Amino acid sequence: MPFTLTEKILARAAGKDGVVPGEIVTCRVDLALLLDSGGPRRIWPRLKELGVGVWDPDRIVLCTDHFTPAVDAESAAILSLTRDFAREFGIRQFFDMRGIGHVLLAEHGLLRPGMFAAGGDSHSSMGGAFACFMAGFGAIEMTGVVVTGEIWIEVPATLRVNWSGRFARGVVAKDIALFLCRELGMENGGRVIEYGGDTVRSMSMQERMVLTNMAAELGAETGLVEADAVTRQALLDAGTEPAADILDWHGDPGASYAGVHDYSAGELAPQVAAPHSPANSGPVGSFEAVHVDQAYIGACVGAKLSDLRMVAEVLKNRSVARGTRLLVAPATTRAMTEAAADGTLAAITAAGAYILPTGCGACAALGAGVLAENEVCISSTNRNFRGRMGANSAEVYLASPYTVAASAVAGRITDPREFLR
Amino acid sequence: MKVIEGRAWVFGDNINTDVMAPGLYFKSPMEVLARHCLEAVDPTFASGVRTGDIIVAGRNFGVGSAREQAAMALTHLGVGAVLAVSFGRIFYRNALNFGLPALTFAEAGTVVAGDLLRVDPVAGRVGNTRSGAVHTVPAIPPHLMAMVEAGGLMPWLKLRLKKEAV
Repeated sequence: MPFTLTEKILARAAGKDGVVPGEIVTCRVDLALLLDSGGPRRIWPRLKELGVGVWDPDRIVLCTDHFTPAVDAESAAILSLTRDFAREFGIRQFFDMRGIGHVLLAEHGLLRPGMFAAGGDSHSSMGGAFACFMAGFGAIEMTGVVVTGEIWIEVPATLRVNWSGRFARGVVAKDIALFLCRELGMENGGRVIEYGGDTVRSMSMQERMVLTNMAAELGAETGLVEADAVTRQALLDAGTEPAADILDWHGDPGASYAGVHDYSAGELAPQVAAPHSPANSGPVGSFEAVHVDQAYIGACVGAKLSDLRMVAEVLKNRSVARGTRLLVAPATTRAMTEAAADGTLAAITAAGAYILPTGCGACAALGAGVLAENEVCISSTNRNFRGRMGANSAEVYLASPYTVAASAVAGRITDPREFLR
Repeated sequence: MKVIEGRAWVFGDNINTDVMAPGLYFKSPMEVLARHCLEAVDPTFASGVRTGDIIVAGRNFGVGSAREQAAMALTHLGVGAVLAVSFGRIFYRNALNFGLPALTFAEAGTVVAGDLLRVDPVAGRVGNTRSGAVHTVPAIPPHLMAMVEAGGLMPWLKLRLKKEAV
């Protein structure tokens, strides 16, 4: 019987020969990602209450990213507790102030095709770019994972989304992600979104991660990309030796999909999602009169090295408009280092951008760059719910790093293609 | 599990976890965060909700982040059950893990704010005192019933650990 990639991974993790959509299975967890937000501060008191430790410290990856750096007594205490947890339970894969967890997993080659991974954050779906099943859960449920090493899953059906052809210049994976929020809606429960087609095949790993990251906004169980030569190279680049079978992690010919959508990348314009939902998206041209107080480059989805390079490409020999501020919070310290080494950072700062600490920052109103009442922001992040980045009356538009940078230069929402000719 | 009786608080589609647990109050204790629960969509909710009251919402209730504080804020405020046309996947799991019954209710649109409802999460029934209607809804799924009946994941883990120790 032919299986989808999701069914193959879940069957392996559940120790079964095969699984079918709708079946409830208990999966062994290969990797658990804990962050400072929903990690030790919420889980440790529960472990104490239960009188138990963690099931396997070597299968836990712990990162501080939501509350870094400490800015007040509360965030300092959260970070201190997180460090104590790592020490207490012998978590060797502890990344303290190295960047956003979802991106660190990729940088360090910790995600392998065929893995079953659980993360204590909704954007854990990002890991699916490595052909592993990685989904997000609440801290209460991650407590169960940390204690038992297991979690239940209702085997999801797979919705296959194929993209073919070449993007126009200035159009990137983020534009696909925003387009799909409108096209597929945000209610794809019980489904995995599997991205394929030659457009996706020719994307870098960091661009594929944008697609799987925003499977969270589609409301899907998670997002996936089948393993190929790009996956293999990304693992080699991360300094790991890929297993011999990694290219086997794809759907079987004849596997049953809940649906197949085919789209053409060449026709796609840069997309912008208007307040207060990622599904309120449309071509950038519909929003061009909107003045922007703040342009923000940040978060797991939108401040990787590839994103910083897009920003630099637009900003080179240009300046941020008067009356607009451009804030840039690189996703990891490695992205920052590499951006400094290749001139990317210099192009960004010379244009007048303000560099913020690495971490989740203003994306969820936890760090620097929070919005005041009635302010308008265009952001490379993934959510624009009311109050998400600060005041309830603030308005957040979502866009690609290209579009955010172009809008910072113009002081209003702007098509980046005008700057990339 | 007992039948829950309370007044209905009615919400629309796509009520997200950011408005249930705003990031600005993330570092604050639950007493403080809960005061801001849903204020962006209904500023009267947190101060007006009473123990046992029931949330009735449209599609995709709890879409968004994994923050368990969204479900915790509702239980902190005394919400007895959440009925929605559909749920965001992590919120749904979080709610049941805290022992908060979350039931899909296709006819949520028939409920008016303030209606007195009777919810039986085991039998899968929603009664509306005002209209006299009794709606059949999917009960809590069988594989989660024992966990929810135990009061949520923590009491259930305690039972499981005790059993393993024997």
